[in-house]
Amino acid sequence: MLTYLRKRIISSALPLVVVVVGVFALARMTGNPAALYLPLSATPEMRAEFITRNGLDQPLLVQMGNYFGGVLHLDFGTSLRTGEAAGAMALRAFPATLQLAGVTMALAILLAVVVGSWAALKPNGIIDRIASFFSMAAASIPDFWLAIVGILVFAITLGWVPTSGVETSASWILPIATLLMRPFGALVQVVRGAMVSALSEPYIRLARSKGSGQRRVITHHALRNAAAPALTVAGDLTVGLVNGAVVVETIFGWPGIGKLMIDSILQRDFAVLQACVLLTAIAIFTLNIVIDLLYALLDPRVRPAAAGRRRARRTETPPATTPPADAPTALAGAARP
Amino acid sequence: MSTEPLHDAGAPHLPPPPAKPGTNRSNSPSMFGLLLRDKFATTGAVILLLVLATAAFGPALMGDLATKQNLMFANKAPFNPDNGWEYLLGSDSLGRSELARLVVATRTTLLVAVPAVAASLVVGSLWGVWAGYHRGIRETASMRIADIIMSFPSLLLAVVVLYVFSPSIANIVLILAITRIPIYLRTARAESAELQSRTFVDAARTFGTRPNAIIGRHVIPIVTPTLLTLATLEFCYVMLAESSLSFLGIGIQPPDISWGLLVAQGRQYLQTAWWLSIFPGVAIVVTAIAANMLAAWLRIATDPAQRWRLALPGRKKLITTIRTKESK
Repeated sequence: MLTYLRKRIISSALPLVVVVVGVFALARMTGNPAALYLPLSATPEMRAEFITRNGLDQPLLVQMGNYFGGVLHLDFGTSLRTGEAAGAMALRAFPATLQLAGVTMALAILLAVVVGSWAALKPNGIIDRIASFFSMAAASIPDFWLAIVGILVFAITLGWVPTSGVETSASWILPIATLLMRPFGALVQVVRGAMVSALSEPYIRLARSKGSGQRRVITHHALRNAAAPALTVAGDLTVGLVNGAVVVETIFGWPGIGKLMIDSILQRDFAVLQACVLLTAIAIFTLNIVIDLLYALLDPRVRPAAAGRRRARRTETPPATTPPADAPTALAGAARP
Repeated sequence: MSTEPLHDAGAPHLPPPPAKPGTNRSNSPSMFGLLLRDKFATTGAVILLLVLATAAFGPALMGDLATKQNLMFANKAPFNPDNGWEYLLGSDSLGRSELARLVVATRTTLLVAVPAVAASLVVGSLWGVWAGYHRGIRETASMRIADIIMSFPSLLLAVVVLYVFSPSIANIVLILAITRIPIYLRTARAESAELQSRTFVDAARTFGTRPNAIIGRHVIPIVTPTLLTLATLEFCYVMLAESSLSFLGIGIQPPDISWGLLVAQGRQYLQTAWWLSIFPGVAIVVTAIAANMLAAWLRIATDPAQRWRLALPGRKKLITTIRTKESK
């Protein structure tokens, strides 16, 4: 397990470094911040002074070296806009996004498990068809438009919730409802598909013939096996949630990292942008590892091949010796999607 | 998005009459016939064709109208026949026809989505098939690159890159194509890796066929349907991504207009002129749902193991057959 974890950390750290270096290089190409921060009347000397003071005249590699040296000491540079430490700004905005994303994903998973399992009980039944149409629609509605319609209907016309801000608990409703759509729609389809195939496995018949009730068959046998593919997709969806968060935070004035990121891009605030990107990348990196661990925890058969969640690669860990009592024959039950 | 199911529309036998659907199951119906049997997929295909036609001919017919200002007709509400047909969907604060602006925006939207999907489809598929066929280091390296692109929110990459290179249509296409390549790369690699171990590929290899010829002749034809289905679905995603970018102000730039940009521009008039934001959004949703419905059908229709489902006599009957089977 530890060997596996170490390998996993090393292989996910590479994208992390590439992303941060890439953003660093790209951000430097976006144009000269001196033109943006100094008044039009600034003399060439003032511009030169500004550039030297912020180290913008040094070669890109030197700038990058200085930056990474600072990062190792948790110094992310200072914001050009406010003069504040960039790391502090990013960290301050982070919890708001984390709360938003956390509540959204928790709700999405909960609802999707209920609706997906319900739909899977009768494939092609009325619930199944409603669920599948809804999940298709959810994938087709642009989130920014949904947010605007929500504001128009529930905030402006009906006045039930505020249009933006985080002051009251009612202001959580619209952002979460908007963000919820896509992950919920995608997860319903995955849970439904996994449940349909799990319910047709021999171990379900065995459980039924042992006299387990419908509820127990679903929660103890089918769901447990259907959870693995759903978990993989949930992980990818959480990464995608950052996309939605940028849009939703911008519209609803949510003081999260997505809004900070857009603002710092628009104002060429390199240090803040990099701190935000680094923080997001670390969060995604951690999330991927947690999901891999959960994945192995959920399904002991996956453990030796856990690395195959994303890339079909075998680790040298010996095959699991303790298959779950209820699933000795169902090798295909929780195959990767 | 060339409507692939129409490729043998000219087949000599017409689609079977709906009155006696179950009779000719033996002679396998054409793709077009199969399409007509699925009401949802037909609707989707028709809507997509309409959107395509609008993008192709609309701007020529209504391009002038879209920029013509008429302050007499500023902020007119939609669905009022007194204002004339050009103000059917209302007008903005400068008195420009919303209908005409929507039509012109259709072309921009498709000019981004279609080339982006096509480029990522071609590059991703060829790359994936190549990587999957050769295995080894080429496969590992390709998958690692795909991982790097995928492990990062695509919108964020787009935002950063579009700020480096000014947000022109070509750059938006480029960045959307790059962020979506891994989708095809992964699928094509998986299929090709599986195919290259099959006996018919082995046979070709034994005869001394060169790898590129094997890939072109034996692997690509088999993976094409899957990838085309994926591309239909991706069209929906790419269109939404472009809209999001335009909405955030880093996609299509005025005076060009796309559906997403129209929503953004209408946002500040939300309280006084709701139609400016709502109609472009409806256009996006309807087109995306149409693409989704077509993709759902394509997935089944291009899969020989599942195609029989579509040839069955209508959905209702199918459900009742399954029900009776289950109750037995």
